[in-house]
Amino acid sequence: MEYSIFDIIGPVMIGPSSSHTAGAAKIGYIAREIFGKNVNHVRFTLHGSFAKTYLGHGTDKALLSGVMGFLPDDERLRNAYQIAEQKGIKYKFDSKDLGEVHPNTVKINMSSDDNHEMTVIGSSVGGGKVKIIRINDFDVDFNGEYTTLITKHLDRPGVMASITSILAKNRVNIAFMKLYRHAKGDYARLVLESDEKIDNCVIEDIKNMDYVDDVTKIDKLVL
Amino acid sequence: MNYKNGKELLAICREKNIAIYDVAILNESVNSSLTEEEIYNVMKDSLDIMKSSIKKGLDENEKNIIGFMIGGEAKKLKKFYENNKSICGKTMSKAISYALSVMEVNVSMGRIVACPTAGSCGVVPAVLLAVMEKFNLDEDTVVKGLLTSSAVGIIIGKNACLSGAEGGCQAEIGSASAMAAAAIVEMLGGTPEQALNASAIALKNLMGLVCDPVAGLVEAPCAKRNAIGTSNAMISAEMTLAGIKSVIPFDEVVVAMGKVGKMLPVNLRETAEGGIATTPTGRKLRKKIFGEDKIQ
Repeated sequence: MEYSIFDIIGPVMIGPSSSHTAGAAKIGYIAREIFGKNVNHVRFTLHGSFAKTYLGHGTDKALLSGVMGFLPDDERLRNAYQIAEQKGIKYKFDSKDLGEVHPNTVKINMSSDDNHEMTVIGSSVGGGKVKIIRINDFDVDFNGEYTTLITKHLDRPGVMASITSILAKNRVNIAFMKLYRHAKGDYARLVLESDEKIDNCVIEDIKNMDYVDDVTKIDKLVL
Repeated sequence: MNYKNGKELLAICREKNIAIYDVAILNESVNSSLTEEEIYNVMKDSLDIMKSSIKKGLDENEKNIIGFMIGGEAKKLKKFYENNKSICGKTMSKAISYALSVMEVNVSMGRIVACPTAGSCGVVPAVLLAVMEKFNLDEDTVVKGLLTSSAVGIIIGKNACLSGAEGGCQAEIGSASAMAAAAIVEMLGGTPEQALNASAIALKNLMGLVCDPVAGLVEAPCAKRNAIGTSNAMISAEMTLAGIKSVIPFDEVVVAMGKVGKMLPVNLRETAEGGIATTPTGRKLRKKIFGEDKIQ
């Protein structure tokens, strides 16, 4: 494994645990970014070690803070419950076996004022690093350490070529790219991670493409 | 500029006639999109957070700096050495109180710098700040000390491991202690060779240390193991600067630590299924905190 100085001296975080507190806050934060709306109702389903020790590590507060848009080093984290109540956010914690996933995994069901809903599943894989493994009914795999673009589009010839050429035109270099689909011609999801920032106008261009239903951008997490 | 072990790091230092902290910052700027100045400033910010976490645990009302099993210990120790009762001497005692303080802030959901992990976040700040005060060092020297420790941490991460779940407490407190020992040596004008010599001694002294957190929480024995990691770093640097050599070189110690980590049963690697976690008192505390004894 390659390490940066900041993996060793860092991250700056709210204690006590990089996996159970900082990682949890990061998963919550990324889930909210993917959802792209203010969450007013949220249910967390905790799996494995998260389910067993969430209380002692403040995993619950960290997840809730993340969903409210607070980063893992935000001192408001310890008062997450009070803040959620002030904001009128309804929250619930359950525990359940989520199957063959990392021991520190959580399923987050979010809904907004205008009745949009989304489910995100993420795992905290150690040292504050995380992995998002599912968005609604699509398996995915990314970590928030790059600018990430997620599309929902119809599986048609040329869609990928158009997206990558829009990015190339805007001088965005693709670091990693994965494509997921249920069946040929059905809905598909692209998860693309880039070295550069991606401007909102680029996102708009992709949104306006044929066969593209939705595009979400998650800016690189600076921690 | 890349180095995969201590030997390669020292070769770069010798060839360019520079210190470990110079290699750390040059290397990072090559491998990231950040300039040396930006990297230096992030390190300086981390140092400021370390300072405030030390201060918070010693100053703030005890009710706010408390976990399930620990809290208020840093203050007790401060009072003790201020009354000239210290057995270890003021510098060591102060350093230990700093380590305890950072850990108390960590368990009470305060802001800390994981270094290399949250469970070992007290060692490096405690050592660096206590040595800074003892020798009236300027801030630049201490930021460089952080850079020195980061290079040592990178080598341990590459060739062994840094998490309790992978290698037991030796991988967390042992690594933090080795990082801090090297930092003291360079901060006090020692050579890169001496810095890694101090790291080798520090890591050897804690080899085999198991990770056995009571109730699975980062409190007991973690806080007091930060104290031993702190004093061990100071002991190792002291021996080194006096000219004492580690019998086994740094790189070999690192590899040995990684192997010991792999040999440790999973019960002794952060699962709370062995060591002091499963003592009668450890079980009782777990039951008190979580309402049931989950260990069979």
